[in-house]
Amino acid sequence: MVDVLYFAWVRERIGLPRETLATNAATVTDLIAELSAREERYALAFSDLKSLRVALDQKLSSFDAPLSGVREVAFFPPMTGG
Amino acid sequence: MRLSVQEQPFDAGAELNAFTAGVSGAGAVVSFTGIVRDLSGTLRAMEIEHYPGMTQSAISAIMDEAMTRWSLSDALVIHRYGALKPGAQIMMVATASAHRLAAFEAAEFLMDYLKSRAPFWKKEIGLDGAEWVAAKDEDEAALTRW
Repeated sequence: MVDVLYFAWVRERIGLPRETLATNAATVTDLIAELSAREERYALAFSDLKSLRVALDQKLSSFDAPLSGVREVAFFPPMTGG
Repeated sequence: MRLSVQEQPFDAGAELNAFTAGVSGAGAVVSFTGIVRDLSGTLRAMEIEHYPGMTQSAISAIMDEAMTRWSLSDALVIHRYGALKPGAQIMMVATASAHRLAAFEAAEFLMDYLKSRAPFWKKEIGLDGAEWVAAKDEDEAALTRW
């Protein structure tokens, strides 16, 4: 099981801040494909990966990173702190 | 080193005085305060969302790097989240060092990294709708100088 978190407009498009999923996805890209196939709102949120960032266990990561052993995946737009 | 991620307002002057009083042997203290601006005159509020678990660890890592790289005596970061009114203080950074160049540079480094590597997202609530603030290419490009 993996916790998947969504922030900012990704959260608004998908319509929830977090969910716990059972998945066999090997990489982040696989997980995105799995979610996008599930419902239109996911496909919409993940339609442009250039405008998305991913963190694995609260560390910025890349879309081709493996998910094995990861407990928390977070998707969000580029950060706007400061 | 002190980091506070908080919803409530802070007093930048009092924070700076306390920070300065707490450093020993530093010849220079530099501080920066970020303020909610309202360029068009139509902003009702700025809503700042963050990723509670990651915010602390991401900023701590950035501060650790600044402390080491510029041999700082001390560093302070305060960053707010929640709904902020125009004119409100969003965040502040302070650095203390033996010499001013290191303090200035480290403060700029912290600001550049907080902008694009600390998990905050800003949403502008205007008189006619709300919009997420988009990250700027130049903010990402600013990281390459470090």
